[in-house]
Amino acid sequence: MRLEPIANPSAVRRLGLPVLALLATLGVAMALATIAGANPLAVLGQIATGALGSRLAILETLNRATPLIFTGLAVAVAFRAKLWNIGAEAQLYAGAIVAVLLGTGALGSPMVLPVSALAAMLAGAMLLLGPVLLKTRLGVDEVVTTLLLNFIMLLFVSYLLEGPMKDPMGMGWPKSPALTPEARLPRIVEGLRLHWGFALAIIAAVIVWVMQTRTALGFEIRAVGQNPEAARFAGMPVNAVLLKTALLSGGLAALAGWSEVAGLKGHLSQDLSPGFGYTGIIVAMLALLHPLAVVVTAVFVAGIFVGSDAMSRAADVPTYIADMLLATALLFMVLAILLTKVRVVRG
Amino acid sequence: MSEVFDILISASFWAAVLRIASPLILATMGELICERAGVLNLGIEGIMVIGAFTGWMAVYLGLPLWGGVATAMAAGMLFGLLHSTLTVPFGLSQHVVGLGVTLLATSTAYFTYRLMLPEVTSPPKIEPFQPLHIPGLSDLPWLGEALSQTALTWAAFAVAGLVAFTLYRTPLGLAVRAVGENPAAVEAQGLSVTGLRMGAVIVGSGLMAVGGAFLTLSAFSSFFFEMVNGRGWICVALVVFGAWRPGKAVLGAILFAAFDALQIRLQQTDLGAVLPYQLFLALPFILSILALILMSRRAEVPAALMVPYNKGER
Repeated sequence: MRLEPIANPSAVRRLGLPVLALLATLGVAMALATIAGANPLAVLGQIATGALGSRLAILETLNRATPLIFTGLAVAVAFRAKLWNIGAEAQLYAGAIVAVLLGTGALGSPMVLPVSALAAMLAGAMLLLGPVLLKTRLGVDEVVTTLLLNFIMLLFVSYLLEGPMKDPMGMGWPKSPALTPEARLPRIVEGLRLHWGFALAIIAAVIVWVMQTRTALGFEIRAVGQNPEAARFAGMPVNAVLLKTALLSGGLAALAGWSEVAGLKGHLSQDLSPGFGYTGIIVAMLALLHPLAVVVTAVFVAGIFVGSDAMSRAADVPTYIADMLLATALLFMVLAILLTKVRVVRG
Repeated sequence: MSEVFDILISASFWAAVLRIASPLILATMGELICERAGVLNLGIEGIMVIGAFTGWMAVYLGLPLWGGVATAMAAGMLFGLLHSTLTVPFGLSQHVVGLGVTLLATSTAYFTYRLMLPEVTSPPKIEPFQPLHIPGLSDLPWLGEALSQTALTWAAFAVAGLVAFTLYRTPLGLAVRAVGENPAAVEAQGLSVTGLRMGAVIVGSGLMAVGGAFLTLSAFSSFFFEMVNGRGWICVALVVFGAWRPGKAVLGAILFAAFDALQIRLQQTDLGAVLPYQLFLALPFILSILALILMSRRAEVPAALMVPYNKGER
């Protein structure tokens, strides 16, 4: 078989195939539920109501979506430049550490939130700077270095929480002291359990979208991603563009950890992120790397997680079904998107 | 420092090195085959998880140990088929597909585990591979203890030899290497680029899964969540460190395992009392990054690595 580009893909093709990919994922969900001995339609219903069925469920989904918007944006920005940042998990924790460092009394009250947010972004950016410099200077593949850094960072957090950053009042649990009230992100509406991190994430998505579509840097990032040799030939400072992309990507990922600590948890613990950094890759890919679409896909992915948790408590279907569905959706979706542009021919 | 020296000359240390190196060797050979054929397989981490799980589960359900190895291999090949179908004929991003396969394989293993053993808090144990007694060899002082290894460890080294032989001494190996360097030339010879690459990824994935199965069938006797714990990514680094050559990659795996075995033992010494244990645990990952930096200038990357091939396209 051979792939042949389609000159003018029809609207049916461009819209129908992604929809088909989602339907196929739904089919896999029902098959897995059947294998688990549950009623497939009931399981789907339970996932949906678990994610969106009540005001509480919706707020939980939006809270879960918040870090995913940030990590999704981080991945979307980097992948657009073909910079394979798989280290959002580590950058997230860098931001979380900074939130604790500056939020537990080190700074005066009015400035603590903006200063710690900027410092968190800086920390995340610095963490990605190393792998990118290794890539541009020595040609070391950033996929492996950023992946390995995730493991190093988790061990570093474990060290901090059992050592210098341990809460003396924590009853022996490895967690950090709580943030001061001034260092906490307030709720958007008093009485509703949804913090300002969610609003900031949407603002970040809009800023990234404006940057990508309206600025020279956005144009350069796209050009470098599409063809680095051509971009270099056209006189673009490819390495500088990659560095700027990395700073932005690392900074965005760090905000995920910062907002989880400052907005939701109020302290740092080893289980702050159940893999938000990795899930950000799925969020970004499902959004086709579009920053505004990231908001939508993050809510979708968060809904699958929250809904599966609720469903798993009701029906005896393991909650890992959520990860299986997201992996399936990702693979179906990249294939569907390809097939909107090419046709399979024999020979 | 005399403590370190005592550790380094002890037979039990070298026995541990060979034991720790075995899964790394198997999975690194798997990744090496894929990459020599031009396909980066980031499914490795998840494929090791599915191998560890299916191998253990098969034995738990009553198959003999080698049946467990075969089951793991089959499961790995299945995910290799998925990976290669998407990355070779369809030419999709090897990064994205690889990470997707890792997530799918890992969650499939965890989902199935919970489905089959919903109630258990600690996973049931199986009777794992025992160290082989080799007449003559096993009775030697020092060497006998260092080489007191299970059949799966011996198999790992045999596989490495077989991979090296096949790659450099057979027409098939030549074709696999060529398809990673210049696929158009292979096509011109009348060979199928798609077939060779898919075959390499499927076989390579099978080896990765056996590497994972080593953990449950030889090193430990049950399956734990997160037991693979980044070993797959370390193997990706080992392929680079070994400059895409089986022999060097095996040496890299042994060197790496030696550091790992050393850090476990150093934790018990005075040094372990001073330094946080997390530093020791991070050592393998730090070393992998250092290895990548060290080899960056000299590495002879397969020319067509990560370049999809579409017939008729120039």
